[in-house]
Amino acid sequence: MPAKTYATPGAAFAGGVGDAFKVSVWVVFASMTGFGSLARDSGLTLGVSMVSSGAIWGLPGQIAFAELYATGAPVLAIILAVSLANVRFLPMTVAMMPLFREGVKNRAWHYVLAQLASVNTWAAAMRVCPHLPHELRAPYYVGFSIVCMLAGLAGTATGFVLAVEFPPVVTLSLVFLNPVYFTIVFADVRHRAGVIALLIGAVGGPLFYQLSPDWGLLATGAIGGALAYLVDRILRRRHE
Amino acid sequence: MNDIGLWLLLILAIGSTYVWRGLGVVISGRINPEGEAFRVVSCVAYALLAGLISRMIVLPTGALAETPVFDRVFSTIVGVGVFFLFKRNVLLGTFGGVAVFLVLSVMRAGF
Repeated sequence: MPAKTYATPGAAFAGGVGDAFKVSVWVVFASMTGFGSLARDSGLTLGVSMVSSGAIWGLPGQIAFAELYATGAPVLAIILAVSLANVRFLPMTVAMMPLFREGVKNRAWHYVLAQLASVNTWAAAMRVCPHLPHELRAPYYVGFSIVCMLAGLAGTATGFVLAVEFPPVVTLSLVFLNPVYFTIVFADVRHRAGVIALLIGAVGGPLFYQLSPDWGLLATGAIGGALAYLVDRILRRRHE
Repeated sequence: MNDIGLWLLLILAIGSTYVWRGLGVVISGRINPEGEAFRVVSCVAYALLAGLISRMIVLPTGALAETPVFDRVFSTIVGVGVFFLFKRNVLLGTFGGVAVFLVLSVMRAGF
């Protein structure tokens, strides 16, 4: 993608909205349709489904919530599973916030920007914002994120309402859309440390999950990430 | 569980997710974005995301777990292939991969 910039914060906001419509909005809408349908089958209400899309705003955690609720799992088990399925937001937020440090001086807003992050909007911010002047980054990111979130809410409602019409294979395919999409997004990552971390994580994820469904993801991130960092550091030293 | 119980459960779930985001903001304010700690965290983010995605494909939960692993892996590979074949068209790759998965699932259901 060629580096482009915008004349004003308003134009950057509009640019974010426009970029979101290229791919992300459709993918978010479709995968949240899958979630809405799954949520209804799991016994959630429309209100709970929609609030979970806007406020949890992380599909793996939402799916864990709906599936475990349906099986009647204990409250603590559900909360732990949701939280650990969404633990990615910690390193993602840490990696993303420096982009906004210069442009958004009021720290309170950083907590709002963090809520808007999904894998989708995070990947867009990490790709586009470093090429933008500081004062245009947050407007771009907010524009991009807000339409994605609206698409997510619309998708959730659509899926919930249409759930009775969907054959089960359609719901399943829509739920499956998310991992396919993210595989493609990350197949396009080019910087070396990222590629190494992605490869190690992809192998480690299922392995650690078999050791512990709850803690496996955290272990994958911590161990896989540290290993990737070390490999990249050795390669960096070798090229210096 | 009644309605109020479900809403309380949801609020707990929202809070237990936001904890990570909020903690991320706090920590990011304390580390140098040019420094080594920042590189480590970026690697952790990528490893975690890749681990989550490959787990969703190889070892999914719920109803997806009942589909054959071949279908899931094969359709993902087709999706990535379509993406690279068609000038990195993300939309085509994504919906192409999912379409393959849908067709395989329908065929197995015996229509």
